[in-house]
Amino acid sequence: MNVPKEIEAEIDERITHYPVSKRSAALPVLHSLQEHFGYVTEEAVEWVAAKLDLEPINILELVTFYPGFRQSAPGKYHIRVCRTLSCAMEGSYELMEKLCQEAKIDRSEVSHHHPIAVSEDGKFSIEFAECLASCGTGPVCLVNDDFHEAVEPAKADKLLKQYD
Amino acid sequence: MSEANDKVNVQIDGEWHQFPKGTRMIEACRLAGKEIPHYCYHPKLSSPGNCRMCLVEMGMPPRPRPGEDPPKPDKDGHLPIQWIPRPAISCANTIAEGMGIRTDSQLTNECRHGVMEFLLINHPLDCPICDQAGECRLQEFSVEFGTGGSRFREKKVKKPKNVDIGPRIRLDDERCIMCSRCIRFCQEVADDDVLGFTDRGSHTVLGVHPGKELSNNYGLNTVDICPVGALTSNDFRFQMRVWFLKETNSICTSCGRGCNIIAGAREDKLYRLTPRDNNEVNSSWMCDYGRLNFHFLTSEARLTDPMILEHRAHRIARWSEAVGRAAEKLKEFDASKIAIIASGRMTNEELFMARRLGETLGIEKIAIVPRSGEADDYLVSADKNPNTRGARLILGKKVDKQLKEIAAGVKKGTITALIALDENLLKCGFEEDTLKKLDLLISSHILANPTASLSHVVFPSTATVAEKRGTMINRTGRLQRLNQAIDPPGQAMDLWEILRDLAQALGGSNGVYLLEDVFKLMAGTIKEFEGLSLGKIGDQGLPLLKPKESIPLLERERERIEKGIIVG
Repeated sequence: MNVPKEIEAEIDERITHYPVSKRSAALPVLHSLQEHFGYVTEEAVEWVAAKLDLEPINILELVTFYPGFRQSAPGKYHIRVCRTLSCAMEGSYELMEKLCQEAKIDRSEVSHHHPIAVSEDGKFSIEFAECLASCGTGPVCLVNDDFHEAVEPAKADKLLKQYD
Repeated sequence: MSEANDKVNVQIDGEWHQFPKGTRMIEACRLAGKEIPHYCYHPKLSSPGNCRMCLVEMGMPPRPRPGEDPPKPDKDGHLPIQWIPRPAISCANTIAEGMGIRTDSQLTNECRHGVMEFLLINHPLDCPICDQAGECRLQEFSVEFGTGGSRFREKKVKKPKNVDIGPRIRLDDERCIMCSRCIRFCQEVADDDVLGFTDRGSHTVLGVHPGKELSNNYGLNTVDICPVGALTSNDFRFQMRVWFLKETNSICTSCGRGCNIIAGAREDKLYRLTPRDNNEVNSSWMCDYGRLNFHFLTSEARLTDPMILEHRAHRIARWSEAVGRAAEKLKEFDASKIAIIASGRMTNEELFMARRLGETLGIEKIAIVPRSGEADDYLVSADKNPNTRGARLILGKKVDKQLKEIAAGVKKGTITALIALDENLLKCGFEEDTLKKLDLLISSHILANPTASLSHVVFPSTATVAEKRGTMINRTGRLQRLNQAIDPPGQAMDLWEILRDLAQALGGSNGVYLLEDVFKLMAGTIKEFEGLSLGKIGDQGLPLLKPKESIPLLERERERIEKGIIVG
């Protein structure tokens, strides 16, 4: 795996924040790699384990636990639709359906272990997320790091057009 | 500090007891005769407290509010107990002065029922085809604390089944109850951190990291400590229902460690060896090599009858005929021309009978075959003979050096008769051509081998694994007992019996009939054994010699006990 020098420097710096145990740096290091590569590959898991003097299974446990870490490549724009109670009641499932229709994403292969579906052209990817902390303005979703509130399912196409 | 200060008063189910400070609640209850059901807790591993099965109702003396009178002790000096409405895990909490524990209250029982119901939600109902059935904690506690039926109407979570996680172990993830004992064993004892939980949550899956495997030499211990049928041994699975096994306490003889074992056998067939607790030898563990080193017992090459070489071919002989022939031939030789090659795999009793035979005939040259290999940093000893210490004690320290002298003597022709006991001479410095020059070669073997082919008289002998009784002294000087779990095949006999019969044929009755007689003689001759008997040795063995040798795995375990990480 080819980790660019500046990313590795950033990672090394992050590790210095945890002088007692390097193990504690696992999450920030994984975030650095995911920000750069888009997702956490098997190679990345092994790279992090070697970096922190751990066994790869210790890192894989983390990556598979936190839904924030992706193990497959997302699209250019990764959408996360909240499906927790308030948003679900406000129509997040319809929003998901509409977004998939508009972006031509097939979610039939999605499962507990493979939560992400990617559009044919690779531009958009989508997954359900748990509470995004804006329960009063549901349904809400994240597109990469942009937060969108009260997204009407009918206006899904408008949302996507912002990312053309 | 006085003894009373080191002790803590604890009330368990209404009765007051005293236990040492720092005792875990679960251990205190066990000592009070109240076994608390548990899955994740293991005295030799850290206590994460994740299974929740050992929840108990707990209470402490009330703390008076400001201005309130302090609680009054009863006539025995015990303070009243204020019961805490929420349960506590007994595995990771230590006792405190005045603590009360209820192991059979309504709250405790409700907790156990609740935990069992959760554990059984996703557990398959495949006990009839599960290898663990009969020694499954989940099955046992279901009987005690489960309900007859399930309230679960939804779909069970599907998980990987029949997963090959290493050369000797198979995993069924649906049966796993996530106690994490195997993970902790690999991390804390075997230093091979390959197991882990992925997808934690409702789909938690135990597994090895992709591309890795659980292949370390202690891996099969995870199968023993798995409370359910998630981890099974490739060697033992589907071979025999555990409730049919007759269990015999013995020791492993694959190296000088002498790990304590339980031999599981049925109808004279050995099915498995499992480690038996002994905190002076092997803790609760044993290596995979020793555990699986018994399949040769049923080898095709097994010798089952005595044989006599006649007209360049071996023929089967009756026992008395073979003994008679060997004795008759031995009488033809001057004692200085005879040598005995004994084995470090023989029991003390067998070695003693070899010594007696030597003394009867006046033989001075007696040796054992050294077997050295690699030690690991855990239990495996570099000495691959299980009883080198016994051989040196009984036959004298010279036994190590004499092998070369005897081999040279045979080559020169100064030794013309050899008695080889359970050793293949071609593997220990003798050449086929020189052995052919011998006028007499008497040998005993478990399996057919080139030395047996060259022998004039061959006796079939029994294996130390499960086939004989006796004692051995391990590397750390502990005298331990072997017990017989199965009858040997055909006419095979223990070496002490073969040597007893041979000595009788040579010099008349010597009053030795039973193994106990041999031990008695030995105790009367060798001062280290003075006052001992087979019964006195017991199942945990006795420290007999005090060599300067330590067991790396035990050293580390003692450190962890010291630090309070494990109970031990």
